[in-house]
Amino acid sequence: MELGGIIAYLVSFAIMAGIYAVFCLGLNIQWGYTGLFNIGIAGFFCIGAYATAMITTPKPTGIYAHYVKQLFGLNLPFITGLLGAAIICGIIAFLIGFPTLKLGEDYLAIATLGIAETFRLIFNNEYWLANGPRGLMGLPQPFDGLVDAKYYNYIYLIIVVIIMVVIYLLIERAIRSPWGRVLRAVREDEVSAGMSGKNIFSFKMQSLVFGAMVMGIGGALYAHYTKSISPAVFTPLYGTFIIWVMLMAGGSGNNKGAILGAYAIWAIWIGTTFLTDFLPYTLKARAPYIRFLLIGILLEIILIYRPQGIFGEEKKVSKLID
Amino acid sequence: MAELIVYGIVLGSIIALGAIGLSLVYGIIRFANFAHGDLMSAGAYVALFMVTGVLSWIGVPDNTFGPISFGWRMVIAFPISMAVVAVVAILLDRIIYQKLRTKGSGPVMLAMSSLGTSFIIRMVILIIWGSDYRFYRPGLMRPALELPWGIKIRPDQILILFVVLFLVVLLHLFLKRTKMGKAMRATADNMQLALISGIDTERIILWTWGIGGALAAAGGILYGIDVQLHARMGWNFLIPLFAATILGSIGNIYGALIGGLTIGIAQQVSTAFLLPTYKIAVAFVIMILILLIRPQGIFGKE
Amino acid sequence: MIILKTEDITAGYTEVDILHDVGIRLKSGEIVSIIGPNGAGKSTLLKTIFGILKPSQGSITLKGEDITGLKPDKIVKKGISYVPQVENVFPSMTIQENLEMGAFIRKDDYSKRLDEVYNLFTVLRERKKQKVGHLSGGQRQMVAMGRALMLDPQVLLLDEPSAGLAPILVSDIFEKILEINATGVAIIIVEQNAREALKMAHHGYVLAMGRNVLDDKGEALLANEEVGRLYLGG
Repeated sequence: MELGGIIAYLVSFAIMAGIYAVFCLGLNIQWGYTGLFNIGIAGFFCIGAYATAMITTPKPTGIYAHYVKQLFGLNLPFITGLLGAAIICGIIAFLIGFPTLKLGEDYLAIATLGIAETFRLIFNNEYWLANGPRGLMGLPQPFDGLVDAKYYNYIYLIIVVIIMVVIYLLIERAIRSPWGRVLRAVREDEVSAGMSGKNIFSFKMQSLVFGAMVMGIGGALYAHYTKSISPAVFTPLYGTFIIWVMLMAGGSGNNKGAILGAYAIWAIWIGTTFLTDFLPYTLKARAPYIRFLLIGILLEIILIYRPQGIFGEEKKVSKLID
Repeated sequence: MAELIVYGIVLGSIIALGAIGLSLVYGIIRFANFAHGDLMSAGAYVALFMVTGVLSWIGVPDNTFGPISFGWRMVIAFPISMAVVAVVAILLDRIIYQKLRTKGSGPVMLAMSSLGTSFIIRMVILIIWGSDYRFYRPGLMRPALELPWGIKIRPDQILILFVVLFLVVLLHLFLKRTKMGKAMRATADNMQLALISGIDTERIILWTWGIGGALAAAGGILYGIDVQLHARMGWNFLIPLFAATILGSIGNIYGALIGGLTIGIAQQVSTAFLLPTYKIAVAFVIMILILLIRPQGIFGKE
Repeated sequence: MIILKTEDITAGYTEVDILHDVGIRLKSGEIVSIIGPNGAGKSTLLKTIFGILKPSQGSITLKGEDITGLKPDKIVKKGISYVPQVENVFPSMTIQENLEMGAFIRKDDYSKRLDEVYNLFTVLRERKKQKVGHLSGGQRQMVAMGRALMLDPQVLLLDEPSAGLAPILVSDIFEKILEINATGVAIIIVEQNAREALKMAHHGYVLAMGRNVLDDKGEALLANEEVGRLYLGG
């Protein structure tokens, strides 16, 4: 394979990993800093992607409207798409938060899972909304007039990295502020944090909403990268589970860990593609499942032997014998 | 409508089997087992392996019993599959969850690791059998019986109801009459006190997984008999299972039974107004409503 | 003969230790009462003896055998039974079943013992098929003690047995405790109700801030003016 091909491959790797890093940063706000167990990430992924798709593409007209049904199409620029995705995800998170944040940790988990599945079902079945299973295509890419199509990814990589770094810096600032300290107090010991007069619910809600907004941006970045989206993309596997593995691997509660985990796990994922070549013919079609099986086993190993990930801190265990 | 309710009871009884197991695990081990749906899939596929594989290799005859869609092979495969999945559930605990327990990991880490095992089980199924739909007996015409009041029900489905009833009664007797059953109830009530009384809670946990796994397997097989098998079937059961368990109060077997039936009927009746694919969403909405209005479930304490 | 003793126990739930160098002695067949203000570490001491907590320093000896650091399931087999202050019954199970659970680790026929416990708490015998969760506080406390007695323990640890009970029931419970002691069971009681606890104690220990303050015969402590002022409400 020639150098140009290898570099192009690495660039698309870095873009996808960077998009996932944004998701990990968002999840880190919710889980790493506040202890919210959100297994409905795929829902925010989906909504972020669809939001930007409908904001940045025009509503189909004429003959085209027969084939593509879309609720609205604003045809606004890329940046509005990103912001719109963030805002809409934030609003949805706000609405979800009301009934679910008062529940215990695992109830919250099953609620977020249900919401993600429900959204996927809605997008898949309500054709009038966003074209059902066929999805939406033709999303614009910013600055795409600047270079030849085959070099476009370099530009997109720069965009993704800039956004990732900006989000990273914003979160790092926020975490070091008094607000961030309360957040961590809530995660460590909700009862005493509550007794010192802080409104726990409000902090959890803020964390849920900000995390969701970041995830919305991630979804939007994905949509503009692939230029077309459909409900089938946002599976529990690619849209939720792998992000958890990434964050746990990198170190929950640590933003560097979030980014590193995304790159590391995505590297492992891409790396295992080459293993397919070694598989016997009969198993080649099952390769993605084998690769995902390895990711699943990897998560278990991390949870048992190094739950703090690469960067995280060890949680204290009390002397009470369970 | 009557038909929808009847089928809802059939589906609900399958959900109930899974919910009972989930309720036991949640109530005794304090663990939201996200892999429980995939234990149901595992049961269905192990039975598939036996029925289409092992049992045909050793030459067990393939005929069916009268109007029922299966024969000796399934009769043999059913309990074996329950036993296999019971062992799988126990092994998962030994290899993974117990290690997390001894480290003092909280319920969230356990739930997260069960999320991992659910994917592991599902990937293994996908690797071995792929993502096509499977049937225990492909191409079989399964006419419905006509009963009074215009109710249509297949002979298979009547048998499903009997099997579920049988298993539930068996479980009831086990929990009420046997020493281990009582110890399980005690541990669910108050694990600390069970420890203080000298009860070996680790053994209780193994029994809980065994029973939970076996019941889940039964539910999965029955679903496979009634509808079909596919790798995602267990995951699709997850939300109805949790809804039923929460509705019936965690740790309460009879609650899980009622919860399962209720969710099943609600899901089926919803198809009169909504697309069938939305059944999961219906279960989910019911669950959210319960969590908002009466989070301790029907039988819970205030 | 000293059946149970603790020496220099330092223990706590997390890094912060609650108990510092605590020592008590229990003679066989006797009642020892431990009194002191809230937060003194009295319950913590019982939990440490029973193995729920592991002391960072010190030793616990039963009939000469070192049992420090053993977990509850081993301790209970050595003949010590423990009744926690709260959540000390299986509420969804019947009285009979609660007692059966108390006898869970027995491999022999315990029907005679069951009879003896019912003779001690006759009220329970009439209601043995009732779910314990529906019983009154006083009856629940009896079930809690009955459960602990099913193993024929030599040492019984009681954590605030009168807590939450109406005054009439308090004297009932203390009478029962004396009856239990009369059958030869050595008892350590931790109690807020210091006066009553000292009245029936052969020996009493005052604990404050996790340390031994004073110990003497029960009657001596009762007569002690300072003890009376500080701990018995004058």
